[in-house]
Amino acid sequence: MSSPEFSAGEAPAEKVTEVSGTGIPVRGNDIDTDQIIPARFMKVVTFDGLGQFSFFDQRFDDEDNEKDHPFNEEKYRGANVLVVNANFGCGSSREHAPQALMRWGIDAVVGESFAEIFAGNCLALGIPTVTADQADIEALQDYVEANPDAEVDIDVAAETVTYGDTEIDATVHDAQRKALVEGVWDTTALMGANAGAVRETARSLPYVPAEHIPEDEA
Amino acid sequence: MSEGTLYDKVWDRHKVTALPTGQDQLFVGLHLVHEVTSPQAFGMLKEREQGVAFPERTHATVDHIVPTGNRDRPYRDDAAENMMAELEENVRGSGIDFSDPDSGDQGIVHVIGPEQGLTQPGMTIVCGDSHTSTHGAFGALAFGIGTSQIRDVLATGCVAMEKQKVRKIEVTGELGEGVTAKDVILTIIGKLGTDGGVGYVYEYAGEAIEDLGMEGRMSICNMSIEGGARAGYVNPDETTYEWLKGTDAFEDSEAQSASGSRTESGDDPEKFERLKPYWESIATDDDAEYDDVVTVDGSAIEPTVTWGTTPGQTAGITEPIPDPDDLPEEDRDTARRAQKHMRVEPGDTMEGYDIDVAFLGSCTNARLKDLREAAAFVEGREVDDDVRAMVVPGSQRVRDAAEAEGLDEVFKEAGFDWREPGCSMCLGMNDDQLEGDEASASSSNRNFVGRQGSKDGRTVLMSPIMVAAAAVTGEVTDVREMEEVATV
Ligand code: SF4
Repeated sequence: MSSPEFSAGEAPAEKVTEVSGTGIPVRGNDIDTDQIIPARFMKVVTFDGLGQFSFFDQRFDDEDNEKDHPFNEEKYRGANVLVVNANFGCGSSREHAPQALMRWGIDAVVGESFAEIFAGNCLALGIPTVTADQADIEALQDYVEANPDAEVDIDVAAETVTYGDTEIDATVHDAQRKALVEGVWDTTALMGANAGAVRETARSLPYVPAEHIPEDEA
Repeated sequence: MSEGTLYDKVWDRHKVTALPTGQDQLFVGLHLVHEVTSPQAFGMLKEREQGVAFPERTHATVDHIVPTGNRDRPYRDDAAENMMAELEENVRGSGIDFSDPDSGDQGIVHVIGPEQGLTQPGMTIVCGDSHTSTHGAFGALAFGIGTSQIRDVLATGCVAMEKQKVRKIEVTGELGEGVTAKDVILTIIGKLGTDGGVGYVYEYAGEAIEDLGMEGRMSICNMSIEGGARAGYVNPDETTYEWLKGTDAFEDSEAQSASGSRTESGDDPEKFERLKPYWESIATDDDAEYDDVVTVDGSAIEPTVTWGTTPGQTAGITEPIPDPDDLPEEDRDTARRAQKHMRVEPGDTMEGYDIDVAFLGSCTNARLKDLREAAAFVEGREVDDDVRAMVVPGSQRVRDAAEAEGLDEVFKEAGFDWREPGCSMCLGMNDDQLEGDEASASSSNRNFVGRQGSKDGRTVLMSPIMVAAAAVTGEVTDVREMEEVATV
């Protein structure tokens, strides 16, 4: 049995304090992970190349002809701020969903609300999921649609989204904000540093046999 | 904040430390692995030159892509073969137990954990699959995680999480005839919404829940995630302990040495008695405090089905499909699109909705009891000529046990296809898929557009006996209207 090697000394993750770029709106509540990336594209052993399959069934018909969808529109090429509505990313735990969006070019998602696992998966990739009121989100979607080349700025620490002359009062969930701003979203490195305490916790649990707990490396 | 609930206690027992992110680091008692969400995590581990920290607390199976017909290797689908080969290499290289198809133990991850006794009360259980909430039926704290978190667990034996609120859902009274656990959870999600549980863990309690066997409790906990709650649980009781006694983990040492294979508890015949006080200790206290309490009248629940494209768009079988204009504003748009996709009209009931496919399977409802109930209904009846009907048992053990009782013959005689275990048409990652705009009566958990393999396909979620009834009549049917409703 290989002994675990914790990487306590590993460099912390990159700090994500701000995201700026052009926006792309995808409207509708309850957009689930099967829509973001249909299951048939998950028969892969790496995430490489998933970007092109983002929203695939919303973008193409049976004959692979393009349908109306922002991800097909020339004017949004190069956009990196996705603006969505409520309960975005509900459904499965597939990290393929944020991976596909990230590989398409998305660096941040702004919306009314997000499914929890989806938001957690985004965080693990350093992608902020920023929430704001319905009215503010709809106004931002309208703005982005009319001004696809205009810049949208997300300040993660200050919890604001700025575009044109407007500043939206947004929310970035506490733990997420701290993790992004301080660059501590690489939880493997963070938790790996506590290997001794992990063994101690494992030993205190009556259902964990001693032989399942790796030896101290000291 | 909640206090004294099972959730609080299991959390505290597994908390390693508080992290600078504001999350807690939790020790993971059981990590379940399947082929779709794990290869990238093993890949990341290799990149970092790390090994698996707790291989003995990890268990793998293959379910999502595995064919349910011809299983000769290599699989005919190259992509499926690749995923299987990758999983084999990853788990064997790390010393992780693997319930592969040759073991006779293969099956859907949320079916095999409980049946092998891997799932136990008071554990923290994670898997890269949102329906991990199923295992909460045993009084475990079980939730789905993403691939980066799988890497965390493989590398450190822990997850980083924030503590959530606890909502008690008390289901009072007795369930009526023809009403099952599936109807209870569809009703709950219909009432609280698909995002009603965001930020919460659900504790299911009350007479109707206590009366359920483990299979029914699993169906309910399974769909917690469809209500937005990442985890759901039922406090362990005698029903739980009875189930555990029958599993590999707690067979007495003699039976184990006779079977020759599973020796994990062979050297500890007192394991059950030794662990029971722990299980009892983590159950919710009588004076526990919850963040929220919701009461549902179980006796008022009818056989329930979905009319739309989210598991929250449900109606009792005699209830009208709602008019989107009567719904809260934020739900209207989704409801309109759903009704268009499903081709249903407000005011109608779902009864009589034509179906083309009957799918009896998935981690929600493909355990022995589900198959028994459906078979008892199907016996002596025939599948409608226009319906393609299939049974996909949840695991090889379920299939073997069903065959020993002759259930396979009952299904086959009625005209059902009897298949090998896997996720199958629950998500259409193998050949089992809807075609074109086929409508399916499905015992699974998700009716999202495209979920069953065809983006024009239409899914109506319901209980296994309701699927059996729909298979026979060719349309959504109130099982109570058919003679001799069988309960097992
Ligand atoms: S049966 Fe369906 S819901 Fe269950 S694990 Fe498989 S794909 Fe997921």
